Amino acid sequence: MADHITLQVTRYRPEQEAEPSVQEYEVPLRKDWAVLDGLNHVKDHLDGTLSYRWSCRMGICGSCGMTVNGEPKLTCATFLSDYAPGPVRVEPLRNFPVIRDLVVEIGDFMRKLVKVKPWIVREEERPLSAGEYLQTPAEMDEYKQFSMCINCMLCYSACPVYGLDPHFIGPAAIALAQRYNLDSRDQGSAERLDVLSEHDGVWGCTFVGECTRACPKDVDPAGAIQRYKVTAAMEAVKSFLMPRGAR
Amino acid sequence: MSGYTEFHPRWYRQRMSTWWWLRRRSYLVFILRELSSVFVAWSVVYLLLLVNAVRLGDDRYREFLDWSARPWPLVLNVVSLAFVVFHAVTWLNLTPQAVAVRLRGKRVPRAWIAASAYLGWVVVSAFVLWLLVGA
Repeated sequence: MADHITLQVTRYRPEQEAEPSVQEYEVPLRKDWAVLDGLNHVKDHLDGTLSYRWSCRMGICGSCGMTVNGEPKLTCATFLSDYAPGPVRVEPLRNFPVIRDLVVEIGDFMRKLVKVKPWIVREEERPLSAGEYLQTPAEMDEYKQFSMCINCMLCYSACPVYGLDPHFIGPAAIALAQRYNLDSRDQGSAERLDVLSEHDGVWGCTFVGECTRACPKDVDPAGAIQRYKVTAAMEAVKSFLMPRGAR
Repeated sequence: MSGYTEFHPRWYRQRMSTWWWLRRRSYLVFILRELSSVFVAWSVVYLLLLVNAVRLGDDRYREFLDWSARPWPLVLNVVSLAFVVFHAVTWLNLTPQAVAVRLRGKRVPRAWIAASAYLGWVVVSAFVLWLLVGA
């Protein structure tokens, strides 16, 4: 195995250039080094001006999502040795505006996330003295898969629908809405219905399925969306048959 | 430096190419699946034309069969059959992702859901075949 590998990193310095360019760096090729370790080596030893996001280095924080050789990846979980002898192309996540180098603007996602109320909504909160809301393991299993989402946005980067129509609320927001809709302690599904069942909600999805393939946590956002389409259709039928708020 | 301030950075917006669907195999399969809907629609129209010809009597039915045997309707129908099969297979393969079934508190494996969908397809096809040949 060669002892170095080339990283071809997208640079974008808006104060200097109108379009991104590519810069090459030689970094040590070590068996236990992820792409993020290569970028950290560049930052620490070769070029301190390189900008990118990272935090936990263990696939939990969801900060280090980038496009590696054309695929949306968590760079902390993508090993350099898998791309040997290289070069390894590192670009910012697709479908998001680039602020600088590998840093993308995530405000759109954050605004959409809040719209689906990804928290437990109660019609009436119980007093603390009544104790916690209990749940059986089977009830937890209903939503557990969707609760694994780390908001890394790889699914948005993989989704051509979001790329073509930025109004689409997107895979992770819908999966997280489902995470709470399916939670036995939650009573907010009717509030989420308005956001999810509009044109830019679940119906914007054409089931390409790339979000599920890109997800590093096996959340299966495409499955969440299709399942919610069934729910939204049933609700539409119910509101048609019982128009006076009987649902 | 023009147009750049620290607080209002010029974000670079990547544009999606018109040919984005050629970038990876899964995108191409998706586009083919979307395209297959046109051929599914043609199959429905063809079936309605056939039913209408049967309704109008023997002569019109024979005319319809002769027309169907011409090269271009034949080619169109063969291509349509391929796309309809592709549409059906991809649809059935995707079914387990959209359907979550629980039996006795346990999630039914995805393979079972797909298998039951295929089984349904076989049963319906066998019934249609029985109607055409056996009955």
